[in-house]
Amino acid sequence: MPRNRRITAAVAVASISLLASACTGQSGTAATDDPDAETTISFWHGWSGPAEVKALQKVVDGFEKAHPNIHVKLVGNINDDKLNQALRAGGSNGPDVVSSFTTANIGKFCSSGAFADLKPFIEKSKLDLDEIIPKPMLDYTQFEGTRCALPLLGDAYGLYYNKDAFEKAGIKSPPKTWSEFAEVAKKLTKTKGDSYEQLGFMPNYHGYETVVDHYMSQWDHAYFDKDGKSNIAKDPAFAEMFTYQKKLVDDLGGFEKLEKYRNTFGDEWGAKHPFQTGQVAMQLDGEWRLGMAQDAGVKFEIGTAPLPVADDEVEDYGKGFLSGTIIGIAPQSKKQNAAWELVKYLTTDTKAVVSFANAIHNVPSTFAALKSPDLKVDPGFETFLEIAQNPKSNTPPAAVNGSAYQVTLQDFGYQYESGKVKDLKAGLEKTAAQIDRDIEQAK
Amino acid sequence: MSTATNAPALAHALRAKRRRSALRTAAFMSPWLIGFGFFFAYPLVSTVYFSFMKYDGFGVPSFRGLGNWSYVFSDYPMFWPAMRNTLWLVVVMVTCRVVFGLGVGVLITKIKTGTGLFRTLFYLPYLAPPVAATLAFVFLLNPGTGPVNSVLGGLGLPTPGWFTDPTWSKPALTMLAVWGVGDLMVIFMAALLDVPKEQYEAAELDGTSAWQRFRYVTLPNISPIVMFAVVTGVIQTMQYYTQPLVAGKVASGIIGGSGQQFEPGYPDKSTLTLPQLVYNLGFQRFDYGSACVVALVLFALSMAFTALLMRRRGGLIQAGD
Repeated sequence: MPRNRRITAAVAVASISLLASACTGQSGTAATDDPDAETTISFWHGWSGPAEVKALQKVVDGFEKAHPNIHVKLVGNINDDKLNQALRAGGSNGPDVVSSFTTANIGKFCSSGAFADLKPFIEKSKLDLDEIIPKPMLDYTQFEGTRCALPLLGDAYGLYYNKDAFEKAGIKSPPKTWSEFAEVAKKLTKTKGDSYEQLGFMPNYHGYETVVDHYMSQWDHAYFDKDGKSNIAKDPAFAEMFTYQKKLVDDLGGFEKLEKYRNTFGDEWGAKHPFQTGQVAMQLDGEWRLGMAQDAGVKFEIGTAPLPVADDEVEDYGKGFLSGTIIGIAPQSKKQNAAWELVKYLTTDTKAVVSFANAIHNVPSTFAALKSPDLKVDPGFETFLEIAQNPKSNTPPAAVNGSAYQVTLQDFGYQYESGKVKDLKAGLEKTAAQIDRDIEQAK
Repeated sequence: MSTATNAPALAHALRAKRRRSALRTAAFMSPWLIGFGFFFAYPLVSTVYFSFMKYDGFGVPSFRGLGNWSYVFSDYPMFWPAMRNTLWLVVVMVTCRVVFGLGVGVLITKIKTGTGLFRTLFYLPYLAPPVAATLAFVFLLNPGTGPVNSVLGGLGLPTPGWFTDPTWSKPALTMLAVWGVGDLMVIFMAALLDVPKEQYEAAELDGTSAWQRFRYVTLPNISPIVMFAVVTGVIQTMQYYTQPLVAGKVASGIIGGSGQQFEPGYPDKSTLTLPQLVYNLGFQRFDYGSACVVALVLFALSMAFTALLMRRRGGLIQAGD
C-alpha cells in the first residue's frame, strides 16, 4: 500500500509540476543600453534545417559586419513552447531577439507583453512601415494597435497545377473561380477500381494545406464583427465556402473514398508528396512547394496561379492566404537597443531580406526586396510575389487565445465534410457561440 | 518526598529525550520532506491556487473564482470527450494489458525449450521508444497502404480505418499497448515462478483441473502482483499522452510545419486524453487556470481509482493468504 501511494504521489507530481513551473511575469521597460557598445545578443529562431541555419548565419554575418560592436549568438530549433518558457522565466540566459512561425499567436504575444512593444524603436528610427512592408504582413504582426513584431519573410499560398495533366485533359488555363475549379478538378480525376489513378484535387480539410482558413481567404469574409464577436454564422461567405467544399468532396467521390485515398499519400514535406508523385493534379500550397517539387525531380511541368475566388468576386482574383515568420524583442532583454538593430536589419535591409529569401525560397517581406533585381525568381515564383503584394491577400485576424478559434472552426469543418453534422446553419451558430465563449474565457 | 521532588525532573528529562528523538527523526527524514515539499506539496498547492485564477503565463494572475471550473466542465468542448476516452482506455486497455501480460507470463513459464528466446521476443517491444513504436503502428495500420489491411483485404475480411476512424482509433491504441506488454510479462513471470510447487502438487492429488489450479492456487498467490499491475496501469493510462498525440498527428497528415494548427484528438476527438488537454489549455490557449483544473481532475481521478483498487486489494490478499 505505501508503495502504491508513493507511485500515486509521483504521478501527481509529474502532472502537477508541469503546470506550476512558471509564475513570474515580467514587463518590458524603456531600453537604456548603448547600441554602440560592445555587446553580444542572443537570437532565438525556429529554423533547424542545415541549409536554413546556414542561410541565416550568412545574413547575420552581414549584420555583424555592418555593426562590428554587436555580436549575435544564434539559437535554432526554437518552437513556441520553448520560447514561451524562456520569456516567462526571464534571466540573463534568455533571448534578446525572438521569432515565431506561428503568426496566429501574435494576439497573445502582443496583448500579454510577451514580446516588447516596438513602437518606441520604430519612432526612434523614423521608419514609415506603410512605405516599407505590405499591408497584410503589417496586419499579422500587430494586435489591436500594439505592434510587437515585424515580418521576417513571408509565405504566400496559391495553386499548383500539373501542366501535362491539364494538356491531356484539354484544359487551357488555370481556373479563376471556384465553379471553374470544380469543373477542372472533375475533368482531371481518373478513377481506378474503388480508388483513383489521378485525383484532380484533394478537397478534404486534412489534405495538407486545404484547411478552412486557406479556403476562406478566397472569399470576401470577416471572422469577427465590429464588437469582436464571431461572425461566422452571420457572414454568408462562411456558409458558401463550407457548402462549396462539401459539394466538391461529394462530386469527387465522397468523403470516405477521398480519405482512403489520402492515406496513400506520402509526407507533406518529403519527396512523395502527392502533387509531386502525380497522385493529385492540383494542389493548394505555399511558395515553398515549387523548390521542393523541383528538388524531388518531378517529371511534369509545374504551373502556378493564384487560387480561385468566389464566382461573384472575380475582381479579387490574384489574392491569396499569407503568413510568415514574426520577429520581435524579448521584454526582459537588457540589450533592447542592440536587439532592435538586428530586428531592423533583418526586416528592413533590402540586401539582407533578399539574400535570406533567395536562400530559403520564401517571399520577401518588404516592397523594395520584392522588386529587387537581385531576387532570384524561378519560373512560377512570380505568382507568389504578386500574391504577397496583392492588397486583398489576407490572413485570419489575431485573437487573444491564439489560433483556438481557427482550430474550433476547422473541427466543425471535419464534422460537416464527413456528414456527421448536416445542418450547416445550426452548426455554424453553435461554433460561433463556442468561439465567443473561448475568447471570453481567455480575456 | 524525594519521589515527589524527582518527578518533575524525570518528566522534563523524558520530554527532552522525546524532543531529541523527534528532532533526530526529522533530521533523518529531512531529505524526503524537502523533496516532498518542493516537488509535491508546493506544486499541488500552486495548482489549486492557479485553478481559481486567470493566468496566461506572462502577466499577473487575477482571481476568477469558479470561472475556470465552470468553463472546463460546461464550455470546453474537449473535456468530456477526453474524459470518456480516458475512462475507456482505463477499463479496456488496462484490462487487455494485464490479461495479455499474465497470459504470456504463464505460457513462457510453461514452455520447456526456447524460453530465453521467447522472453526476449516478448520483452523487446517494451524497449521501443513510444514515438517510434506509434509511428510503426500507424504505418502498419494505414488503411490505404498498410500491410495489415492488405492481408485482411486479401482474406476477404473488413479493412478498418484504424487511426483514421473514430470507432477504431482506441482499439488500435490498445493493440499498440498490448504489443509492448513486456514489462508486465516480466513481473508476472517472477510472481508465477514464486508460487510454491507443493500447493500445485497437493491440488493435483485432489484431482483438480488445470483451470482450477490456476483459479485456486495461482491467482490467489499472485493477486498482489495483479493488483500492482492494475494500479500502475491505471495511473500510466491516466498519463497517456505521447502515443495518442503522435498517432493522431501522423494519421491526420499534419506532422511538420511549425506554424500549422493541429486539432488534438484526430479523428473526431477519439484519441483525446486528459493530459493532452493540460497541454492544449496551458500551452496552446495560454489558459493556465483551466489547465490546472484539468490537472486536478486527473489527480482526483488517479487517487479515486487507486483508493478503490486498494480497498479491493485487501479482499484479494485475504483470499490469497
